[in-house]
Amino acid sequence: MSGYLDAASAEPLHPAARAVLAEAYDRGWADPLRLYGAGRQARLLLDNARELVAAVLGARADEVVFTSSGTTAAHLGVLGVGAAGSVTTDEHEDVVVSAVEHSAVLYAARRRVDPAKGTVVEVPVDGAGRIDPGAFAAALTSSTGLACLQAANHEVGTVQPVESVAQAARAAGVPLLVDASQAVGRMDLPSGWAALVADARHWSGPPGVGVLAVRRGVRFRPPWPEDEYEAGRVPGAPNIPAVVAAATALRARIDEAQAVNARHRVLVDRIRREVPTLVPDVEVVGHPSERLPHIVTFSVLYLDGLSLVTALDRAGFAVSSGSSCTSNTLEPSHVLVAMGALTHGNIRVSLSRETTDDDVERFLTVLPEVVRRLRDEVGAP
Amino acid sequence: MTAADHRVDCRGQRCPLPVIRLAREITAVDVGGVIVVLADDPAAATDIPAWCRLRGHEYLGSDTDPDGTPAFAVRRSR
Repeated sequence: MSGYLDAASAEPLHPAARAVLAEAYDRGWADPLRLYGAGRQARLLLDNARELVAAVLGARADEVVFTSSGTTAAHLGVLGVGAAGSVTTDEHEDVVVSAVEHSAVLYAARRRVDPAKGTVVEVPVDGAGRIDPGAFAAALTSSTGLACLQAANHEVGTVQPVESVAQAARAAGVPLLVDASQAVGRMDLPSGWAALVADARHWSGPPGVGVLAVRRGVRFRPPWPEDEYEAGRVPGAPNIPAVVAAATALRARIDEAQAVNARHRVLVDRIRREVPTLVPDVEVVGHPSERLPHIVTFSVLYLDGLSLVTALDRAGFAVSSGSSCTSNTLEPSHVLVAMGALTHGNIRVSLSRETTDDDVERFLTVLPEVVRRLRDEVGAP
Repeated sequence: MTAADHRVDCRGQRCPLPVIRLAREITAVDVGGVIVVLADDPAAATDIPAWCRLRGHEYLGSDTDPDGTPAFAVRRSR
């Protein structure tokens, strides 16, 4: 899809996944718990997909469950990992998170913590969006029930120092949940986690497939009634055809990862380098080197994000924005605020495997004209 | 907070208008002078310091006006 520059929201379906989808519906429709042929066949497809996804994530197959979205996987992980056996516990419990976690993690953390008995402790980030591992480690105390740190940030692409935080968490006896939603297929995944969250939409799988991996031996209690599917952790049978397509997309994506990521790195470097020379008064945000290959974010002084998104859409480009005017709450992105970055006129460009050199070339041609026109309209200084 | 040499009332205005007003009216004070922006938009608390960083002015901090509106002080540096 030409001009689509919002892969960090969702990627178009991988052709390899599309190729197996119809057959997966033909063979994977039955209840995987049933013992007759069609049920066993569905179960086999599900087991194979689980093996494949687990291997890529660095997990065992019996540690992985599929959910209906990455958001659900994050909610399930944050609410379930290390959760006390009884909901009536009087124990004081804090959850430690980075200030730039995905809102799915932050909202679930706020739901998990009873404000009368604990706090959601937010570890601040520097101007590049990175936590200080020493500060994160220092926030872990005997009353910390769970820590959450993303592998890399979804809005600005900054990679977090997960490995050293994982060491500190292990030493403190705190389970660490790692949101790897943007990282799978884009970078080497960190190890040392107690739980890992991923989302097939971000590796060009179909929408509606999330993944939660929980290490064996980690205490886990789902926030909803347990049934017989997905090790009792996710209610209801998974969407097996979509899971099969997600696993197929993942395998194809890992096979081509080196080439795609190298191409993205060149294109994103170009955008990071050229936008500030083509457009005056622009701030490129995110870490200059410790970052995902496919995301670049910048803020354009004196413009509102909604006008930019709309004007670029008219010019044939799909991008997202962390500016307040583009959010339902009219609050600016908590990620940009935590970084102290300019929040208005914000644009996130994220490349999919289908993005071409020509897309980026055209974007860099159109953007300066769009900005000049919009700045004229608002009478920018 | 440092006494203001010039005040800009941006109450009720959404981002990026308070920053545009600040950029236009910074020249109303001499270099070294202080301009105060009254702004109730939630983005102003991040965007006014960010504007100062980008444009090379000194952000002095925020205070609250008697009616509860945040007031942001900037020293013109160039």
